[in-house]
Amino acid sequence: MPLQTGYTVAIAQTALALLLAPGLVGLIRWLKARLQNRRGAPVWQPYLELRKLFAKEVVVSSNASWLFRTAPFVVFASTVAVAFLVPVLAAPLPFDSVGDLLVVVYLLLLGTFFLALAGLDPGSAFGGMGSSREMTVAALSEPTVALAIFALALGAGSTNLGQIVARTMADPAAAVSPGYLLAFGALFVVTLAENGRLPVDNPATHLELTMIHEAMILEYSGRYLALIEWAAWLKVLLFFSLLGNLFVPWGVATVLTWAALGWALATLVAKLVVLAVVLAVFETRVAKLRLFRVPELLAVSFVLAVLAITVSFLVR
Amino acid sequence: MSSGVLAVSMIAGYLGGALVACMFSRGRLVRWLTAAGALVGGASALALAGAELTGRSSGNLHVLGYLARPDLGGPQQYVQVLHIVDPLAAVFLAVVGALAIPAALYSVGYTRAWEGRRSLRMPGAMLNLFLLSMSLVPLAGSIFWFVLFWEGMAISSYLLVMTEADEPETVSAGNWYLGMTQFGLGFILAAFFLLLPPDGSGDFTALAKHAATLSPGLKSLVFVLALIGFGAKAGLVPLHVWLPSAHPAAPSHVSALMSGVMIKLGVYGVLLFGLRLLGGGPAWWGGLVLTLGAVSALLGVLYALMEHDLKRLLAYHSIENIGIIFIGVGAGMMFLSYGLPELAVLGFVGGLYHTINHACFKGLLFLGAGSVLHATHTRSMEEMGGLIKRMPRTALFFLVGAAAISALPPLNGFVSEWVVFQALLGGASIPKREVAVLMPVAVAMLALASGLAAACFVKAFGITFLGIARSHEAEQAHEAPASMQVAMAALALACVVLGAAAYAMVPALGRAVAGLGGLPPASAVTVSWRLSVPLSAPGAVGQISPLSILLGLVILLAAIPMALWLFRASRALRVSDTWGCGRIAQTPRMQYTATAFAEPLRRIFAALYRPTEDVSVDFHPESRYFVQSIAYRAHIVPWFERYLYDPVIDRVIAWAARVRAIQSGSLHAYLTYLVGALVIMLGLLMLWGR
Repeated sequence: MPLQTGYTVAIAQTALALLLAPGLVGLIRWLKARLQNRRGAPVWQPYLELRKLFAKEVVVSSNASWLFRTAPFVVFASTVAVAFLVPVLAAPLPFDSVGDLLVVVYLLLLGTFFLALAGLDPGSAFGGMGSSREMTVAALSEPTVALAIFALALGAGSTNLGQIVARTMADPAAAVSPGYLLAFGALFVVTLAENGRLPVDNPATHLELTMIHEAMILEYSGRYLALIEWAAWLKVLLFFSLLGNLFVPWGVATVLTWAALGWALATLVAKLVVLAVVLAVFETRVAKLRLFRVPELLAVSFVLAVLAITVSFLVR
Repeated sequence: MSSGVLAVSMIAGYLGGALVACMFSRGRLVRWLTAAGALVGGASALALAGAELTGRSSGNLHVLGYLARPDLGGPQQYVQVLHIVDPLAAVFLAVVGALAIPAALYSVGYTRAWEGRRSLRMPGAMLNLFLLSMSLVPLAGSIFWFVLFWEGMAISSYLLVMTEADEPETVSAGNWYLGMTQFGLGFILAAFFLLLPPDGSGDFTALAKHAATLSPGLKSLVFVLALIGFGAKAGLVPLHVWLPSAHPAAPSHVSALMSGVMIKLGVYGVLLFGLRLLGGGPAWWGGLVLTLGAVSALLGVLYALMEHDLKRLLAYHSIENIGIIFIGVGAGMMFLSYGLPELAVLGFVGGLYHTINHACFKGLLFLGAGSVLHATHTRSMEEMGGLIKRMPRTALFFLVGAAAISALPPLNGFVSEWVVFQALLGGASIPKREVAVLMPVAVAMLALASGLAAACFVKAFGITFLGIARSHEAEQAHEAPASMQVAMAALALACVVLGAAAYAMVPALGRAVAGLGGLPPASAVTVSWRLSVPLSAPGAVGQISPLSILLGLVILLAAIPMALWLFRASRALRVSDTWGCGRIAQTPRMQYTATAFAEPLRRIFAALYRPTEDVSVDFHPESRYFVQSIAYRAHIVPWFERYLYDPVIDRVIAWAARVRAIQSGSLHAYLTYLVGALVIMLGLLMLWGR
């Protein structure tokens, strides 16, 4: 019975993540608009966008191959697969032992890999530019992610997400240890880079000089675009869940009762709102970096990570 | 079948194939028979290794041996030529066998283009002899036979590299290869001779027994000599310079074997010395191997990114992957010396697993690159594009290989890199903190290398296969012959299966290193079907299930279109032009090129590459507002060639010129030299002979 409930909860939390993701992005957009003295579209605007895109016809370039038509599905599937592994509501769930944090990172890289290939497929200059930049940023953020994983595994003795959550809950002091704080900072920078947020990329423009992610998916339309957008929004939600639930795990359901799950949902929404506000304020405060300044940002977060891990080793 | 029969059939298969190839220079039948010999040999090797690894072999094997009197009048001795005493050798034998089969199959189609242009004798015979010597290297049980097979491997592969010697580039590549491999051999021989026991027995068991009596300093010297010698064969930085030129120059199925298998025997050599002969050593041995591995992994992929010759790009990636293997092996050696046997097993298993996986995907990628070369007659990616439409199957297989080498789940490359990562993460429990602090650096370097590899393979696959054809040759490309396709399909399938079958691979490899150099017996590594390997803290583990990830992704990929259909998403689809900002015509020249793709990374790592660019613009004679043509050239500084090798080569040439003074051409002078040399030798003998 508990195992079956576990699977049900895992599937339910994935469905919930898919359902909440457009709302979260709508909230971030609305907050940013308010902070910038604009009225902004309503929070539910992304849902309407999805409905519109799913109903529309797809236009495919005559140069594109089957890979262009497969990539949206691979991107969506790999992101949804990650949703099964991330403790959104409860931990540890039965899928916890299927994949650890490394699997999460590399599954997301799988999506990026296919999206970058799809950007090259129609043979336009924009797509190639986007692919090249996206892969550059993805590659350079890998070491920082790896160090964040190292810091977490060092504290929890495991790379599995459920275990990390359980360890932090059992030992609250760990949450303020230098390794954890550093890993949080590193993961925050990576969240910006991986999700194409400011100051790395500007999700609101299609201008040639700023765009990375948007240039890569420029050729997509209709349901393909809907899948890619939805996957990207889900990715934001999953990164927020990681930031919220790995470092501040309180609220995550450890027993599968209605009360615990309800409380988990409430705390999840609260954490998402807090992170959305932080991101909106941050994005309003900073300007987009030049593309060749982005590596410096990633390098700084990387060096900080190395130093802090070294310190946590030496004071152990 | 007993191991003896399998070993004999392996040798007979390869020799038979070589013999057939020697007799005829052309014809379809001869191509098939040559390949059939290699197929029999490869299948037997695989069966032999499989029996050993699964514990079903019929005891220790003495296939070939002879009776000898070491000194006249002494007692007769049984001298082993070949034996399998440990499953470690079986792992490498399995890799040779597993790649020999697709490579042989592929050669049938690939060599068809040579019909009438060049004789099939030499390539066919050498292919079989190359495979034979590679299979025998891990089976050799004494110095003499090891060196004999090692040199057989070097010479046969040199002759294979020189197959297309009509191109000056090939000759230079061959010279580099021969030079570096003989340089390495010198160090290997020196290492062996330092280990030689007083009675002169070159048997490996005797060597190991003698090694135990040596002083630590001498042991370390032996290990460093062996590491240089075998590192040159494996392509460790800075001994890698021959690899990016020699591997691409060879015919593609030979490139696959050289990159997939031959360089791995360098790994075997390091393990042979480090574990079996010397029985483990101080921590700095492992640290040295780990450092060289991490540097190779990063520099290999960084140079691969700048490479627009498809086969050279793959060759640089071999340096990267050898680096990853050495990271695993080095971490294992370090853990062993710090008394962390479980983590040591994890490190070695990661290295060996990646050895097998790299053989599969690099073999696949080289065969894929060979199909592209076969179809377009060029290796430059800048002249390709759009091949996915004309070579759909090759493209699919290449894509699988590209995803596997980029460590994307659920394929095999990811699983073995995961094991290496887990070993390094466990390195936090090294008791010496100042050493443990190095582990996060290694983790970050490995992560950066794998991220850059993904970027590099987006470039390699995207520019080659996607978009619009950039040249007439690419437009006229055709799909590879059936035999080549089957070979690639088999390796692509292996990439999927080896990833999903991690639960079987990890325990088998754990058994392969069990008991070596003080490692614990196989039972110490607990592996459930989820591939859970003990991590640092007791009770805590990193767990993944590659098989479940594979199934999950397949289910999701099937479910999404169904959900779209269920929720009545639009199914309308229109094919139209690529959006061009209002441009009307789109030409292939408007696409991103390989150079452009790698440009951001070239700028970011400018300190390493030291890029130089020349741009020359030709204007229209009437007006400077119209550009007639632009020539753009970009170079990067090849550090090692320029600052390490060129000075040495210049010095050698200068000395050689000086020595030439004694070459008078007169016979009398030469006779005088002979007598003089003899007198000096006799004098030396009189001085020290007593």
